[in-house]
Amino acid sequence: MERTEAELIAAVLKGDAGSFEPLVQKYSPRVFATARRYARRESEVEDIAQEVWLKAFEKLGSFRGEAPFEHWLMRMAIHTCYDFLRRHQRSRESSFTDLSDPENDWLERFATAPETAGDDADAAKLLIGRVMERLSPQARLVITLLEIEDRSVKEIAELTGWSVPLVKVRAFRARGEMKKILAKMAREKYL
Amino acid sequence: MSVTGRGDAASKKSSLMNLTELHKKLIAAARADVPVDHVPYAFEKRVSALLASRVAPHALDAWVTGLWRAAVSCVGVAMVCGMLALFTSSSASASSDDLSQNLDSTLMASIDQTDQSQ
Repeated sequence: MERTEAELIAAVLKGDAGSFEPLVQKYSPRVFATARRYARRESEVEDIAQEVWLKAFEKLGSFRGEAPFEHWLMRMAIHTCYDFLRRHQRSRESSFTDLSDPENDWLERFATAPETAGDDADAAKLLIGRVMERLSPQARLVITLLEIEDRSVKEIAELTGWSVPLVKVRAFRARGEMKKILAKMAREKYL
Repeated sequence: MSVTGRGDAASKKSSLMNLTELHKKLIAAARADVPVDHVPYAFEKRVSALLASRVAPHALDAWVTGLWRAAVSCVGVAMVCGMLALFTSSSASASSDDLSQNLDSTLMASIDQTDQSQ
């Protein structure tokens, strides 16, 4: 008979580390999908996912069972991704002069007739990836959760551990930061 | 063409670009790009192996921690005893002769008693 999540967690807490494996198997797809929002290389994604599970195992005693295990785990995943972004801050001052031809074409089309530049184009996906990499870790996290994943401010506050007003302030700053990067990209395109 | 002139032209062209619209388009592109939830082969096995290798040293850690605690408390007790001995000996240094005589008489008390009874 298949054991419930609560039974598996109780067994792990009693010292049966093997009972942790079904939990890893069940929730790893979500952890990997979350990690792929913040890391590009597959090796980095796997490192993040591994770190999430190690933290989850070490801190399982702090899981009260009031909220679903998945919520508790996703909070841990978001924190780990944020730590990753802070540790791997790449050169955010780099220029946009190395845009590929499809990216340049997409921007050109957008500048002349915005409606012809499709949202689903690969070039647009590459461009947003470049823009996100130039954002500060805080701004990237807020933009990802609020605008890309379409989460509410309250949800973000729960996930990050920040207060609701703090999330709002950081969202405002993040949009400003993104606007500056877009302006820089547009300026460099025509230099 | 001067650099300033080229820069001006660039800023004019870039100002034509609607940044709010560009923001919306790029965010829409990011939304359309849903990350895959693929998990590498045997990932859970690797995590389990890693956890197992970490659990064993934890038991040893607990034993070492216990030993250290015991050692620290022993040192503490030894220090307290040492301090007590130091203070009592300094305060009783004047009567150290009496102490040795008292000890002597206590040890000899039984012998004295047997001598007296004979």
